[in-house]
Order: sequence, then C-alpha cells, then structure tokens
Amino acid sequence: MSTASGRPALRVVWLYPELMNVYADRGNVIALEARCAALGVGCEVTRVGIGDPLPEEADLVLIGGGQDREQRRAAPDLARHAGTLRDWVAEDAAMLAVCGGFQLFGRWYRTAEGEELPGVGVFDVTTVAPPRDEERCIGDVLARSTLEGVGEVVGFENHGGRSYLGPGVEPFAHVEFGYGNNGADGAEGARVREAIGTYLHGSLLPRNPALTDHLIRAALRHRYGEEPELPEAPDPFAARAHRTAAAVARRRSRRSGA
Amino acid sequence: MAALATLTNKLRTGAALIAGAAAAEASRRLGRGGGTALPGLVAATIAPDITAQLVRRAGAGAVVVTGTNGKTTTSHLLAECARAAGVAVIANRSGSNLERGIVSAFLADRSNGARGRLGVLEVDEAALPPLLPALAPRAIVFLNLFRDQLDRYGEVDSVAEGWERMLIADASGATLVLNADDPSIAPLAEAGRGEVVTFGIEDDRIARGGPDHASDARFCRCGAPFRYDAIFVAHAGRWRCDACRRARPTPLVAAHEIEQFEDGSRFVLDLAGERSAVELPLQGLYPIYNALGAAAAAHALGLPAAVVARALAGAGPAFGRQERFQLRGRDLRLWLAKNPAGMNAVLRALTAAGTPAEDAAEPGLQVLAALNDGIQDGRDVSWIYDADFELLAGHAASVCVTGDRADDLALRLRLAGVRVDLVQPHRASALDEALHRLPPGERLEVITTYTAMLQLREIIAAGSGIAPYWERERQR
Repeated sequence: MSTASGRPALRVVWLYPELMNVYADRGNVIALEARCAALGVGCEVTRVGIGDPLPEEADLVLIGGGQDREQRRAAPDLARHAGTLRDWVAEDAAMLAVCGGFQLFGRWYRTAEGEELPGVGVFDVTTVAPPRDEERCIGDVLARSTLEGVGEVVGFENHGGRSYLGPGVEPFAHVEFGYGNNGADGAEGARVREAIGTYLHGSLLPRNPALTDHLIRAALRHRYGEEPELPEAPDPFAARAHRTAAAVARRRSRRSGA
Repeated sequence: MAALATLTNKLRTGAALIAGAAAAEASRRLGRGGGTALPGLVAATIAPDITAQLVRRAGAGAVVVTGTNGKTTTSHLLAECARAAGVAVIANRSGSNLERGIVSAFLADRSNGARGRLGVLEVDEAALPPLLPALAPRAIVFLNLFRDQLDRYGEVDSVAEGWERMLIADASGATLVLNADDPSIAPLAEAGRGEVVTFGIEDDRIARGGPDHASDARFCRCGAPFRYDAIFVAHAGRWRCDACRRARPTPLVAAHEIEQFEDGSRFVLDLAGERSAVELPLQGLYPIYNALGAAAAAHALGLPAAVVARALAGAGPAFGRQERFQLRGRDLRLWLAKNPAGMNAVLRALTAAGTPAEDAAEPGLQVLAALNDGIQDGRDVSWIYDADFELLAGHAASVCVTGDRADDLALRLRLAGVRVDLVQPHRASALDEALHRLPPGERLEVITTYTAMLQLREIIAAGSGIAPYWERERQR
C-alpha cells in the first residue's frame, strides 16, 4: 500500500490486540492511525495474535497491557519473537510497550506467587509483583519526558508490579506526581534507542500528541532512512484534551497532598 | 449476663434506628438527595449487625441483583413484578447499592406488608461478598461481568474470584439466578449449593458476527478459548469450550421471537414452559436481559407467570435509564452509560433501528454526550477508547459534548469519525445549547456517565416541573 504522496506506508505491528488490551490500549492505535491520516502518511497495521508469525519488517511495534492471566498466556508466545524484537530495536525501529506489555518487554516479571515469567529483554528492566494485599499503583500521572520535544506527559496508571531500571536504560520520564515504575525512585517507564516502555495506559497517545508525533517521526526515519518533516501544530482537540487531563491531574495531586 | 447483653444489643439497635431516621430527616431538610446513603451509614456505625436485623424484621426475605450492568433496571422490573403479585417491596434505589444504601432503604420504608416485606436489593458487585451473610437472600441474580472502573475495582478476574469464593462459603442455599449466555456467569452454578435458574436469549436471527473489541470473556477457566455459535450482546451468546466441554446451559427462562423497534421491543417470554407475549418499552437488546433476569428471579420466588409478563410491560424505565422527559416543549431521553459494555449497548440500541444519516430519509440522531470523572464515574476516563463510538459515525446529525471531561470525549468522538458540533463542559449551558439546536419534532438523546446523569437530571427536573427523584419515589 502506498499513500497519496506515492511513498510506501509505515509498517505497524500491534502485538496481541485481543489479549493485551485491558486498559483501553486500542486508543494508542486509533490515535496513531488518525494522526498518520492527517499527515498524509500511510499506515498499515498488522495484528499479531497468539501463534501468529511476525511480519518480515516493522517500523513501529505496539503492545498494551493485560491482567495476570492474559500476561501469563502472552509471555511464552512472545518469547518466540524475542530475538526478532531485539534486532528491530537495534535497527532503530520505534516501539511503544504499555503497562503489562512494558513488563513483558523487560528481562523478567516475578508474579505474586513467585513464578518468574521471562521477558523479551528489549529493556534492561525487572518487575516484581508485590504480595497480594499490597496496594496497586493507581492514579493520575504527570511526568516530564526525557525525550527531546515531548515535554509534559499526562496519563493514568494502574499496576501491581514494581519495575526497576538496570544500567542499560534511561527512564522514559520523571514523575511530577504519580507512582511511576515503583513509587520510590521517580522514574516512569524506560527507553532504549527508539523503544519506549511506560505504565501510562489507554489514551496515552490521544492525549499526548507530541509523543505521537515523536513515534511517527522515528518510524518514518526507520522506513525511509531520512529525517521527515512534520507540521508542528497538533490537532486542537488533542491539545485541549492534554491540557484538561494535566489540569485534572494537578488538581487531584494538590488535593491528595502528593 | 446474657440478659444484659441482649438488652445492650436491643438498646444499640434502637439507638441506631433513631439516629438513622434523624439523619434521613436532616438530609431531606438540607435538600441533600433524600438520604439514600447517610442514614444507613449512621445506623450501621452504631449497630454493625443492623443489616441482618432489618432484613429479618422485614419478614419476606431478600433478593439480590448484582453484575456490572443492568442492576437498577433489573431490580426495578423485579420490584414491579412483586408488587403486581401483591407483595410489599423494600428497594434501594438510584444506584445506592453499598451497605449504607441498603440500610437506608429499610430505614426509609413505610410500606405495610401484611405478609411481610420483600427486599429487592441491587448490590455493587465488589461489595456483595462481605454483605452476603447479613442479607441471607432467597435468590441472587447475576446479570453479567464486564470491565468497569478498573481504577476502583481492580481487575475483572478478581471480581469473578470474589463471587466464587463467596458462593463456596455461602451456607444459606440461595437460589442462583444466572445469565446462561454470559460465560463469566453461567459457570457460577458449579460454585453454589442452591438451586439454579438460568435465563438467556433464544433467537438466532438477532445474532451478531463476533464479540465487541473489549471482550472480557475470551478464555474458559480451563484455559482454552471460548467458541461462539451466536453472539447477542458484548460477549453474551451461545458459547462453548471445546477443551473441557463446558457450554452455555439451555436457559429455563428465555426470550424468543424478538422484534426490536424504535422505543421498545417485543418478545415471547418462556417462563419455565409457560409462554406469553411481552412488550417492553425499552429500546435495545440489553434491556431484554434485564427483563429476563427479573422474570427468572420472579419465577424463583414463585410469582405467577401471567403477572410477571404484565408487570414487565407496564414497568417503564428506571431512574436515568431511558427515562423520557419534556423540557421547554422538546422531547429528550436519558441514557446512562458508564463503561465500555454499557456504552456499546446504548450505541447499538440507538443505531440498530436506523440507517446511516446520508441515505436515510429521516434526519439522524441528535446527541448530547456527557463524560464526568468523579469517583462514581471512574476517575480514569481511558475506558472511552474501549467503547465503540465508531458505531455512531454516520448516524448522528448533531453531537454536543459536555461534562468535566468533555475535551476527552470530544477527542474520542473525533477519532471515531464523528463530527462534534459543540464542546461545552458546563452541563446547563450545554443542555440549553443542545435543545436550542434541536430541530422541531426531533428528540435529544442524552448519553451520560453516572454523576453527569444526576446533574443533568436535576436540571431537567427543575425545568420540566417534575419532582426530584427522591420525592417522586417516596410517593409511590
């Protein structure tokens, strides 16, 4: 498929759209497709489920979150693709791994029962589920991204697992408020080359148009091997939704005294 | 000593009842919504066993209705069935479905049931397990299980696990009234000890191609994926698991020959072999499940089939659920939708009958959509991306958006290919503007989350001269 501009489309791979989608992670795909359409960039989404092969190439890989049960089901299947996914990262393909997907893209995830699920090792991150009675990390997050040009990121987190970064990764963002990876070190998510992992779920890309554009830029670089030009102005609806969400998060953080 | 303890208990109960009644009166005088929660909270604080005592005193036991969606409508329909059969009913109302709401309902009750009074209680799905021993219900209706307010309830699986543990521990032998079509519900029969009454839809003509995007029942407890021969609503349908041979049981109470039309539906109700035609003044397929749940519970209570069929037809909508109003000479209808499955059900009901606006002779839908992010709505509004707003594209002639998170909803609709004509977070202004834009003879469909529904309904009630809901419900 090619676009109006005659250039071939971006190859987007969406991992386990039916299984890893518990917190509205479809929103990220919807926002990505809409922004590409507005920019005149072709975007072809390949859905990869349990047992499916990966396509030959990908410019952008997306994976969302799931409950423990779904994660346990996805983990062994995802392990088949570990080598390919790591190769793609080394070739600077863009990736966005959210919540449970972020955990599975780390080195390992230890469940509350002590079972260790292997990750694909894209990120030098390990995750430990706390004991069952420990509080989940739930709430609004306002964070400042370590990515140039992305700035303030707003979202919502809901996770039991606590993640810890190794020396091979940088945080995706630093939380102004919210728990972030583990509620202790202020780090939110992780990034390595063009791969981003985060706990901010669901409507992360719709509400953070600068991050959407960052991912599209990285994917375009991977596709065409050159720095693409994107118009600066985001969709006004997206900009307004970002401002409202950020204002709500600020107000709630003040009220809770965080 | 035993006598002293009994006396102390009696005094405590008495004090709890007096304090609860005082709180109800104060709440009414302050105009704080008629006391659907505060009196219960006060009474339960003074006498922790007040719930069990109130249920026992009522004399005819209780029926509990739980599940993610449809609790209020189902309990409303069941209460109407019971009343039609001459049974005095105590019902908690208006979504006040935690313990304090239930206690408040008993405290507020003025009915005079010669044969005792029956508690028809909707109970929050997560609040039910600890409450069950006190309620000791005659029957429990389990409607469905969907993802809902994950920031509050945690994961869907944990709600299901809580129900199972509750039923395994339950010694009361309550009859389980189960939705046969929901694969998260029907297998609860394995955990319970009481009798089981199942309900479901038996009409393949209305089946759909596949489950919604945000399906919450893809895998059987044995680990294998579910297969469907027919899907009716969300993930409800004729399901089976090829690995462990679990399958949808044939429902004892069923809807056949369903016909949907604007403003309602018709079906043949099969109540354990007795058939009667029912005309339900509620639009869409999901109210049929609510009617079936109510009918199945009525059957479990031994109410006569003919009375049930008549009561369902005459019951009308519950509070804020397809309620119709006239405001400044214009028609409007309230649709409560607070999670992906509920929103999809509403969107399907609204768009099922008509064809897309372009090729329809009649103009499309006139919509006012409201999104709030209060605790009762769910603080996390991400769920709107799990709802299929794409269904609305091509069906809406005009869409106005309101609520504290109007901007999020406007963006979601835009991404779904729906043109948004107005974004006005302020509820009253948005309603004014939407009514102003409404072409003559058209009806405004107001789709709203819970707290926005309360706000909009209050504005509508004030403007249309109907009494606030607590006044109206007291007059019944």
